[in-house]
Amino acid sequence: MIEVKNLHKSFGDTEVLKGIDFRFGQGMVNMIIGQSGSGKSVLAKWIVGLHKPTKGEVLFDGLSFVPLPIAEKREVRKNIGMLFQAGALFDSMTVEENVKFPLRMFTKSSEKEMTKRVNECLERVNLKGTNRLYPAETSGGMQKRIAIARAISMQPKYLFCDEPNSGLDPQTSIVIDNMIRELTYDMNITTIVITHDMNSVIEIGDHILFIHKGEKWWSGDKQEILRTPNKELNEFVYASKFMQTLKDKLAG
Amino acid sequence: MSRVFSRPEKWPIYRRQIVKEIDSIGISSLGIVALMSVFMGAVIALQTASNIDGPLIPAYTVGFTTRQSIILEFSPTIIALILAGKVGSNIASEIGTMRVTEQIDALDIMGVNSAAYLIQPKVLAGIFIFPFLITISMFLGVFGGWFISVVSGILSSNEYIYGIQFAFRPFDVVYALIKSVFFGYVITTVSAYHGYYSRGSALEVGRSSTDAVVYSSVVILILNYVLTQLLLI
Repeated sequence: MIEVKNLHKSFGDTEVLKGIDFRFGQGMVNMIIGQSGSGKSVLAKWIVGLHKPTKGEVLFDGLSFVPLPIAEKREVRKNIGMLFQAGALFDSMTVEENVKFPLRMFTKSSEKEMTKRVNECLERVNLKGTNRLYPAETSGGMQKRIAIARAISMQPKYLFCDEPNSGLDPQTSIVIDNMIRELTYDMNITTIVITHDMNSVIEIGDHILFIHKGEKWWSGDKQEILRTPNKELNEFVYASKFMQTLKDKLAG
Repeated sequence: MSRVFSRPEKWPIYRRQIVKEIDSIGISSLGIVALMSVFMGAVIALQTASNIDGPLIPAYTVGFTTRQSIILEFSPTIIALILAGKVGSNIASEIGTMRVTEQIDALDIMGVNSAAYLIQPKVLAGIFIFPFLITISMFLGVFGGWFISVVSGILSSNEYIYGIQFAFRPFDVVYALIKSVFFGYVITTVSAYHGYYSRGSALEVGRSSTDAVVYSSVVILILNYVLTQLLLI
C-alpha cells in the first residue's frame, strides 16, 4: 500500500500539486486521471522520488520515503516496477538484456537462472521467443509489453504505469490493460496507472483518483464515476461521443 | 560528482562497461588520431624545412622541431581538441538521448545509481585510454615528418633520425602523458555532465552535444596553459 499525505509541488512560482492526500490500495489497480497538465504525472514522479518534493509525505507500506537517504531510497525502489509512457527500454540492449538488467544488477542468480526468469517474464507478456530482438525492431505495443516484463522481473511490490496506452491501437490497449490487471491480482501488488483514457478506467480501474488543477477533486470506483454529480469530472469523463452514448444508455 | 564516483552496485558489470567504453572512446578513435597525426607531422616538417634556409642552421633541425612540436603540443593538445569533438559529442548525445527518452529515469526507478553507472566507466576508460592514443599519435606524427622529409628529399633519413634524437628529454613525454590524462578526464566529465542534465527534446540533446564540445575545448585550452606553467616552467 502507498499513502501520500499533503503533497505539494511547485515549479518556480507555479504550484502544480496543492496538498493531495490519498491511499493507493494493495492488490488493486489504482488510477490517477485528469486532464493534460493537471499534475497527475508529476504526482507519480513525486511518489517515486524523481521530483524533489516541496512539501508532503509518501509512505510505502508505512515506511516514510521522502526523508530517506539516497542509498535507502534505492533499496525501496528495487521493489518498484515502472512502465514509462514511451517504454524507456535501453536501445543498446536486446529484449533479453533489457529484462535481465535488474536481475544482473541486484541478484546473485546464475546466468541460467536469470535466463529462465527472463523467459518466464516474456511468456507472461506473450512475447516468447523475442529474446534476441532489439527494441527498435519491435512495435510500440511490443515495447510496452517488454517494459512490463522488465518491470516485473524483480517481482515488485509496487507497479507504476505512466500512460500505458498512449500511441496504441484500441485492441492492443485492451491487451495491455488486461495484462496490468492480471499482474496486479496475481502478484497482489499495488498498481498505480496514470491515464486520461476512459476506456482503461472503465476496463480495469478499481480505485480512481481524479486530479483537477493540482488538487484531489474526486475519488471513488468505476461504478461511482459514471454517475458522479461532480461537474468537472463529468465534463472529463463524458468528453468523448463514445462515453456520451454510454451515459445515454445508462440514463435510458 | 560524489554520485558519479560512489561505490559500484556490482563491480563486474562496471568492469564490462569500462571495457566497452575503452572500445567506444579509444579503439574507435584510432583512425582519426592516426590520420591527424601523420599529416600534422608531415606539415610541421615541411613548414620547418621551408623556414630554415640559412647555412648555419643544420638540416636535422627539421627532425628536432617536428619531434618537439608533436610531443609537447600537437599530439596531446590538438588531438585532445579533436577528441573533444568526436568523443565529447558522442558521450553528450548518448547520455542526453537516454535522459529525454526516460531511460535514465528507468535506471533511477530500478534503484540503480544512474550517474555512476553511465558516467564512471566513461571517465575511467577516458583516463586509461587517452595516454595510449596520445603515445600512438606522437609516434605517428614523428613518422609522418620522417616520411615526408625522405619522400620529398628535403633531408636524408639519417639527418631526420639524428634530429629526433637530438637533445631529447624523456620528461617531455611524461609531460605530454600527464596532460593527456587530464584532458581525458575533462572531455568525459564535461560531456557527460551536459548529456546528463539535458532536458526536453531532441533539439536540446543537440544543444547539449554542442555545449559539451565547446566547454570541453575551452577547459582543455585553459588546463593546457596551467599544466605547462606548472610542469615546464
